[in-house]
Amino acid sequence: MAKRLRILVAKPGLDGHDRGAKIVARGLRDAGFEVIYTGLHQTPEMIAEAALQEDVDAVGLSILSGAHMTLFPDVVRLLGEKGAGDILVFGGGIIPDEDKQTLEGLGVGRLFGPGTEIREIVEYLRDRFSDRVAEETGD
Amino acid sequence: MKPEAATAHGREATEELLARFRLGDRRACARLMSFVEDEDDRATRVLDELYPSRGRAWRVGVTGPPGAGKSTLVEKLARELRSRGRTVGIIAVDPTSPFSGGAILGDRVRMPRLFTDEGVFIRSMASRGGLGGLARRTREVCDVLDAFGSEVIIIETVGVGQIELDVASAAHTTVVVLVPESGDSVQVMKAGLMEIGEIFCINKADRQGAERLLVEVRSMLDLLPDGREWRPPVVETVATAGEGVVPLLDRLEEHRQFLGESGRLEELRRRQVRTEIVEIVEERLRRDVWRRQRISGRLAEEVEAVLAGGATPYSAAGRVLGLVRPGD
Amino acid sequence: MDDSQLKRRFAEWEQEYSKRPARACETLSGVSLKPVYTPLDLPDADYLRDLGLPGQYPFTRGIHPDMYRGRLWTMRQFAGFGSARDTNARYKFLLGHGETGLSVAFDFPTLYGRDSDDARARGEVGKCGVAISSLDDMATLFEGIPLDKVSTSMTINGPAAVIWAFYIAAAELQGVKPEVLRGTIQNDILKEYIAQKSWLFPPEPSMRVITDIMRFASEQVPRWNTISISGYHIREAGSTAAQELAFTLKDGLTYVEAGIAAGLDVDGFAPRLSYFFNSHLDFFEEVAKFRAARRIWAREMRETFKAKDPRSWLLRFHTQTAGCSLTAQQPENNIARTGFQALAAVLGGTQSLHTNSMDETWALPTEKAVLIALRTQQLIAEETGAASVADPLGGSWYVEALTDELERQAREYFRKIDALGGMVRAIEHGFPQREIADASYRHQRAVEEGRRTVVGVNRYQLEGEKLEIPLLRIDPEVEKSQCERLSELRRRRDGARVEQVLTDLREACAGTDNVMPLVLDAARARATLGEICQAMKDVFGEYVEPPMF
Repeated sequence: MAKRLRILVAKPGLDGHDRGAKIVARGLRDAGFEVIYTGLHQTPEMIAEAALQEDVDAVGLSILSGAHMTLFPDVVRLLGEKGAGDILVFGGGIIPDEDKQTLEGLGVGRLFGPGTEIREIVEYLRDRFSDRVAEETGD
Repeated sequence: MKPEAATAHGREATEELLARFRLGDRRACARLMSFVEDEDDRATRVLDELYPSRGRAWRVGVTGPPGAGKSTLVEKLARELRSRGRTVGIIAVDPTSPFSGGAILGDRVRMPRLFTDEGVFIRSMASRGGLGGLARRTREVCDVLDAFGSEVIIIETVGVGQIELDVASAAHTTVVVLVPESGDSVQVMKAGLMEIGEIFCINKADRQGAERLLVEVRSMLDLLPDGREWRPPVVETVATAGEGVVPLLDRLEEHRQFLGESGRLEELRRRQVRTEIVEIVEERLRRDVWRRQRISGRLAEEVEAVLAGGATPYSAAGRVLGLVRPGD
Repeated sequence: MDDSQLKRRFAEWEQEYSKRPARACETLSGVSLKPVYTPLDLPDADYLRDLGLPGQYPFTRGIHPDMYRGRLWTMRQFAGFGSARDTNARYKFLLGHGETGLSVAFDFPTLYGRDSDDARARGEVGKCGVAISSLDDMATLFEGIPLDKVSTSMTINGPAAVIWAFYIAAAELQGVKPEVLRGTIQNDILKEYIAQKSWLFPPEPSMRVITDIMRFASEQVPRWNTISISGYHIREAGSTAAQELAFTLKDGLTYVEAGIAAGLDVDGFAPRLSYFFNSHLDFFEEVAKFRAARRIWAREMRETFKAKDPRSWLLRFHTQTAGCSLTAQQPENNIARTGFQALAAVLGGTQSLHTNSMDETWALPTEKAVLIALRTQQLIAEETGAASVADPLGGSWYVEALTDELERQAREYFRKIDALGGMVRAIEHGFPQREIADASYRHQRAVEEGRRTVVGVNRYQLEGEKLEIPLLRIDPEVEKSQCERLSELRRRRDGARVEQVLTDLREACAGTDNVMPLVLDAARARATLGEICQAMKDVFGEYVEPPMF
């Protein structure tokens, strides 16, 4: 049995718009990923702890509330504090370019904007983790 | 932190992870679980190493038809266990898509309050071809949690409606959850759940039809052969409101006590160890056999021979087996 | 007309048509379309039974005999950002440019019943709406705006009782009595479970609070619309037009049942129910949806619920153009999209309208963008002639056939929901949630596979496009100063009194008394939004959603 990439899809904060998160979760599943979906209204602490216990390869955060400059850095910092700084944090939402640059500087991965196709996210993750799946032997 | 650091992916040495595991490092525990779940080359080493420290946890299986409220009930049970001072591990299984091999593991949605409780460890598992309501490596992942020190491990089955009986062999105590509105409850029971349930839980007991279901379950239990030492109790709950959870856990504790006092626990352990050895042997055998060039080469030849019409799969298998055990 | 002659001519046309390489078409919601519609598509049409005249049962053609000749729709731009003071300035700007009603957008913490200084609110204060944590914030929001003169719509659901209490108490501070207040609270909790997700309590206690609100309004705030039953968010979550229609109306009918079950007279509260729909891109489908909605509601209210007062039969609705149809790419194109959607709403007979601004996929709108959006409505009203004749598309064979089809699909959903034991049970089963998730995923696939074109996104893209419109940014100071004001309030108020009112409120929640008067007392005592909601959660519990994909 080959390793499967595991991705935590989470909605931090109080914003309830989960259409995008759910579409991404389904799209990733249909591309062969194991997606752990934690539901709405998650705090950064909850997300980091879930990512750690589930030993995911990456955490995808969907933020439409404008709180990205608070929530992304919080999750990255907490993962680091828990010795899980190698878990990739990427995301989607409405994030202006200058904020994207700041967040990338803090170690956040790619941030996908409105109109993104799921296959772009799939390609990004496959590419990013090509070493992990390839090194495993097949069934 | 630099982004490049991410590509290193904690490919830590197994020994280092084991050392951190023993110090209670949750991240190390999670990593080792992945080795086991992925059937990584390091899995055997890990399981072998952890074997002596496992065996203390009480494993509780929770099964039942879809929509029975299993996740909510598991969450409530876990909170009640925590209030009684026990550490809890939860294994929640969801189905792998047969089309893509991917999965959405959504049981955590029901358990947000447990996320940041240090006495709780939740692991979602995709079934990955495992049948009977469990994931392929559920038992082994439970072993890791057990060795990590979880005092109670709750295993929640897939719950997609198929018959989920395997949980009984992975757990010490099995709870079968039924709800009034799943009209097929009786079918489910006929399909074997009656035999594996040590506790029956009628959830959503405030709903119409709960009374009738209660009567049905009791009368079906009456049909079980006489002389059994444990008569499965029936508990009514409304998990969303937390009602009935305390009595449910009390019955569970009674069953655990019964297992110890009746000597059933010893018996279960003996049977489980035997099953484990058999499975490990069979698996290694299978892997070893097909890895041998001469045998896999012969297989290809025999396929052609059967297709050409000169042989049957039975005679072909005989010749392949001849290579497996030339000594016989 | 001789039907047989038409059938023959139709067959001839069909033969001609089949020789051509024409493409298949369906509506945005997947209703497959014929290339042309004729009287043959309406074999059972009965004009008076199905359409009637404007202002006559079943109101398919509109709720007023004179429609827009008597009075135009209310131009009501949804607005709110930053602090109460920032938003107060925006309201004065909009009223000064010809807007005729106010509509408050709250930030996420407020929508979720949490104070600005709650740990969970970090980073979200004032971002997607205005932060309102207390009566004092509400008073600031309407400073200098006479509450006996304006009508105010407030998009608030989970904590609707509390925010409404703040409003009533703010009016008291202006010397305005409750009986003259006009406006709407959204207060539609069922669609929160289905789509918008800013819930507080589980469905049953939520329904109880809603009936308490309906009772309080009918006794003390008679001109207030107590529920604005909303399809908008259902559509934004990715539903089809038929799902929006079906789930929204079923929600509405469920509130009616609850009101009757609580012992209220249907004609005592039904006239205070109003609707809120989305206007999406598929022009004719949207017009048909609005018409079908009016007809279904009228029939259900008269036939099923036996309402006697004709006002109970009227489906009055607000419309907002579809935010989810706007694109981040080439944002100026959104001005045109919004224009088409607004026109569909007007031709569909809306009572009030919000037009989205071109920059809303990026941020809350700038003054310039919001002014163009408002001007779009004024263009439709004053220049296009669209407001001159009632239901101008009525009688179009296409629109009538589509109206019938949408009603049919909605009733099919009603049957499924009834089979599950009603809307509350269906929601607990995740039925509408799953239907919407499926529709939304299908749409995404269609876009990704190029079966559906989104201009500027998967076709007609601009290479190396740069965002060239200015964005409104919320100063992080807003959160800080909001938190400071809140701790100042907590110091200043009578703590013992606050404790007392919250205890009384908990008791009312646990019993059967109307909670509204106690919420109002708590508001007056300067208990905060978070404190009041927490007191209610202590008794009612919190909702956890079923996972659905």
